[in-house]
Amino acid sequence: MQEAIAFTPQLDASSIARWLWLIPALPILAAGIISVLKQPRRKLASNLAIGSMGISLLIAITAFAHVLSGWAHDHAVREVVNFSWLTVGTQAVELGWVLDPLSAVMLVMVTFVGLLIFIYSTGYMEHDENYTRFFCFLALFAGAMLGVVIANSILLLFMCWELVGLTSYLLIGFWYFKPSAAAAARKAFITTRVGDIFFLLGIVWLFAQTGTLLFYDHGSGAIEPLALGGLLVHHSHWGLTAAGAIGLLIFAGAAGKSGQLPLHVWLPDAMEGPTPVSALIHAATMVAAGVYLIARVYPLMAGGSIAPGTTTALTVVTWVGASTALFAALIAVAQNDIKRILAYSTVSQLGYMMAGLGVGGVAVGMFHLITHAFFKALLFMGSGSVIHGVHEEQDIRHMGGLRKYMPITFLTYVVGMLALCGVPIFFSGFWSKDAILESAHAWPLSHAPYYMLVFGAILTAFYMTRQVSYVFFGEYRGHGHAHESPRVMTTPLAVLAVFAVALGIIGTPAWPWFRAFLENHAASVEMHAFSEPAWLMLLLTSFVIVILGIGLGWWVYGNKSPRANDPDALQKAIPPVWTVLANRLYIDELYGATVIAFYYWWAKVADWIDRDIWGDMVSTVIWLTNHWARLNKFLDATMVDGAFDKGCEEIYNGGGVLARIQNGRGQVYLRLLALAVVILAAILIWSGRP
Amino acid sequence: MLAWTIYISFAGALVLALMPKGNAALARVIALLVAAAGFAIAIAGFAAGAGQGRVTIVDVPWVPMMGIHYTLAADGISRVLVLLTGLAAVAGVLFSWNINLRTNEFFAFFLALIGGVYGVFLSFDLFLLFVFYEIAIVPKYFLIAIWGSTRREYAAMKLALYSFVGSAMVLVVLLAAYATSGSHSTGLVSLANANLPVSFQMWAFPVTFIGFGILAGLWPFHTWAPTGHVAAPTAASMLLAGVVMKLGAYGCLRVAIGLFPHGLDPWSWSFLGIGSWRDVFALLAVIGIIYGALVALAQTDFKFVIGYSSVSHMGFVLLGLVTLTQVGVDGAVLQMFSHGVIAGLLFAIVGRVVYERTHTRQFGELEGMYLGRRLPFAAWAFVIAGVASMGLPGFSGFVAELQVLMGAWIAKPWWTAASGVGIVIGVAYTWRALQRAFFTDRLPRPDEHPKEGWPKFDPITWPEITATCLLFAATLIVGIYPSILLNSIEPAVKALLAGGMQ
Repeated sequence: MQEAIAFTPQLDASSIARWLWLIPALPILAAGIISVLKQPRRKLASNLAIGSMGISLLIAITAFAHVLSGWAHDHAVREVVNFSWLTVGTQAVELGWVLDPLSAVMLVMVTFVGLLIFIYSTGYMEHDENYTRFFCFLALFAGAMLGVVIANSILLLFMCWELVGLTSYLLIGFWYFKPSAAAAARKAFITTRVGDIFFLLGIVWLFAQTGTLLFYDHGSGAIEPLALGGLLVHHSHWGLTAAGAIGLLIFAGAAGKSGQLPLHVWLPDAMEGPTPVSALIHAATMVAAGVYLIARVYPLMAGGSIAPGTTTALTVVTWVGASTALFAALIAVAQNDIKRILAYSTVSQLGYMMAGLGVGGVAVGMFHLITHAFFKALLFMGSGSVIHGVHEEQDIRHMGGLRKYMPITFLTYVVGMLALCGVPIFFSGFWSKDAILESAHAWPLSHAPYYMLVFGAILTAFYMTRQVSYVFFGEYRGHGHAHESPRVMTTPLAVLAVFAVALGIIGTPAWPWFRAFLENHAASVEMHAFSEPAWLMLLLTSFVIVILGIGLGWWVYGNKSPRANDPDALQKAIPPVWTVLANRLYIDELYGATVIAFYYWWAKVADWIDRDIWGDMVSTVIWLTNHWARLNKFLDATMVDGAFDKGCEEIYNGGGVLARIQNGRGQVYLRLLALAVVILAAILIWSGRP
Repeated sequence: MLAWTIYISFAGALVLALMPKGNAALARVIALLVAAAGFAIAIAGFAAGAGQGRVTIVDVPWVPMMGIHYTLAADGISRVLVLLTGLAAVAGVLFSWNINLRTNEFFAFFLALIGGVYGVFLSFDLFLLFVFYEIAIVPKYFLIAIWGSTRREYAAMKLALYSFVGSAMVLVVLLAAYATSGSHSTGLVSLANANLPVSFQMWAFPVTFIGFGILAGLWPFHTWAPTGHVAAPTAASMLLAGVVMKLGAYGCLRVAIGLFPHGLDPWSWSFLGIGSWRDVFALLAVIGIIYGALVALAQTDFKFVIGYSSVSHMGFVLLGLVTLTQVGVDGAVLQMFSHGVIAGLLFAIVGRVVYERTHTRQFGELEGMYLGRRLPFAAWAFVIAGVASMGLPGFSGFVAELQVLMGAWIAKPWWTAASGVGIVIGVAYTWRALQRAFFTDRLPRPDEHPKEGWPKFDPITWPEITATCLLFAATLIVGIYPSILLNSIEPAVKALLAGGMQ
């Protein structure tokens, strides 16, 4: 273990850090310009979006290089730029951004994958009538996401986070004339918002305890040792420190965005959006934001623990992550929609990342985040290419044999699939998943998460093999002629495929460069790590997992070429299990019958109270008043008025002059009134003079 | 200078009432000019008042026998609310551009209401404040009873009854405070400095708070609000939600909390965690937040959804006030502004942009109209307004509610947690309304797809676009740079909370 380099506070941020805000600002600016463009200016719209993203990528790479060179010279870079947004009493609420290894890595990933997806979209959305609007939303989304990445204030992060949620809503519901798309968009927004409220409570609590919302502020930020010490002393309920409780509230927000149990239900439905959206938002960036958030506030979660990953907060994260990884993988086995399989796979892989954060720390979780972003974006874009090639068909039972018609898509897809399955040595997914399994195995509290993750990995290899067999092997069962997609779509696939293979190199046990970079210690090449028995054991396990999963899958589905309406092979073998899995473990139905029903019921009750109880009370008062008034009227008319009328009659007879004014014309009354007011006003103004 | 907002509005009302009938176009222009002039004065007054504390505008004896003065003054809170009133007035006139029934009288009542509201926000004499408060109630009745829709007589009567019950309670306290203080003055400042006995404040505070709270939609005295909002013509609902409810909240702050701060002291006993009037009203506010949101979720009438959402959002104002923390009360005042703008916008979209074209507000009927494609302007405007209403960052509601939540957390964390539930339901009812009204889930029946296309709606007019943009700009500017208002709110709140209004 190398000595960690202490972060030295940098009072004067370098110029690249000072201009870091340009990275999110440029796409947002582009979105603004696109929004006022006329519909026919399609080319200009996409060029603006792609151009802004390209420049952002260049700046991100420059920033990354800056951090890298600092690290290479044993000089840890963490530069912050903060400014005051508003003052509350004596306290200032500050916003700001930060450049450190974590944000630099994430910036490069988001801008790079984003750029590729933007380019791919020009092909995928070519015939859509709302092409310009699509690029407007896409650029806005990218800007908001990049804002999340650079935020140095949890409040700024939350603001961008919500903007991300909103643009995600707009993009999922992009084809809003499809009722299912509109419903999916709403579901996504509301479900993630449930998590966000906990997140917001966490923010409020954090501010109440520490008086700052900045992560880093030259020693006085909320997750720096000084404030953290205070948070750790303060105990909340159930053996949690205040830091842990706040961390868990924030984790609820992260679970909403990252599709963790029990808030994962929106993500598979979100596949109603256009496929580039699924690749960008629901594979590479937005869903990873939750993982990134936990990595960012990791000191809150981990503070006060003796052994790594054993605080209450991190234990919760681990269990939630491992359960999600397993359950989503189970559900993915029984889906027939090509994108839904990938969606559940994403949920499952996000579970791996969370579990990785829980058991192994920031570097483990983030490594899988980065590799996954590349190969999952590749898979989604590949599925988009398939959908495009088979005339908007998404059911894998209506595909088949596509390797002959779409060779480039096939090859790149298989690379992505092998990376996802974690095929040893050659694919990046292996190295990152391996690191998670290794940490889970070493977790002191329980071995159950490790076995859950291993079983999940077997399932992953199984369902991906099933999907690839259905889509690319056997005979073509769809309608029309399948065709390969245009160059503008296949080139990004090829680029991503290269990365899906090559990225593993940054995190091998022999040269744990990525980990060293994030944790700020020096990295060295130690080839002997490959010959350690523990690692060889894991390698062997991985081999077994992959062979079991892919082998089983191929045995059940490989090259069978079933007819489109045949029941699934597993369905024939174990029908009850299949039914439960195909219905996604009935979780949606469960929510419908409990939480949602509960709220609607209460809403109805409250409505009834308002209408019938409070409303009736008013009517009763009115009724009583009316009847009392009638009684009075009766008394008045018979007794009092009798005497009064007699007297009035006398006066009336003498009142000829006044009668001329009382002619019943409104205008005259009003004029008199006006005259009176004018006189009154004159008196007032005159008397008001000093 | 700010006093002219009052005079010019009443003068405008007078001119409109006296002018010959039949010239609707002229009446509109006059109303717009008057409202715009008021707004301009409000902006100028706001800008000129920056960095200043309370500034007395005019102070002359009015009823010397009783020590009543005609005192107009403005501090940071007043200036912000006057600004809101000016904004709401301009937007209201623009959204009433299509009123053809007795146009001049409509605008006369409208401006009289506005004048009364300006008066309340600027009065620093309790009696004068009460007079303006009453003046504001009367035009509301006529606006609803004459130009309203659904059950308008009932709604107008209900509104008037609730308002008068509230003012009766305020009047009782006014007289009692005058008698008890012995200072022979009804000036707010002298009453605040009169050292009213704690036992007196203990009963005067709740009576005043409820009296004003009725108009602020305090649960369970809120039922006038949804029926009133729904029955009122668009501009009147905008004003009701936008500024009239703020009169109540302002009264709670300026009179109840400002004059009787010891009414919030803890009692000698507590029951179920409720040990002071502060806890009682916080509980009512939290119930209002959740309850209003729940009821909004169950509505079938588009406008009722917005009406109940107002109850929910005003709950945040009341909650913020009783936190008695700097950040909470700041948030409450900011929320008054924010809700005034956003609720006005929502009512305008529902009442003017949609209802005047579709002639229905029932979701069941709107669903079959595919408004998302036929009225894209309305759909997008509602998306943005809805997003602002549910408190998304970047819009004024976020900063305001965040501050209220922070203040509530300092006071009692569970208030914040419970209000969070209200926010979630808020998202649900807004999206439900949006979905059902504009982006329907329902598949079309064959007869709903006429071959030659749907009959065209009237095109969107320039007053609608202008007013929508105006309100959007307001909520965005405050959302992105809240200090623009907070710099002025904060010292005023600080002075008020410090107990004295010196």
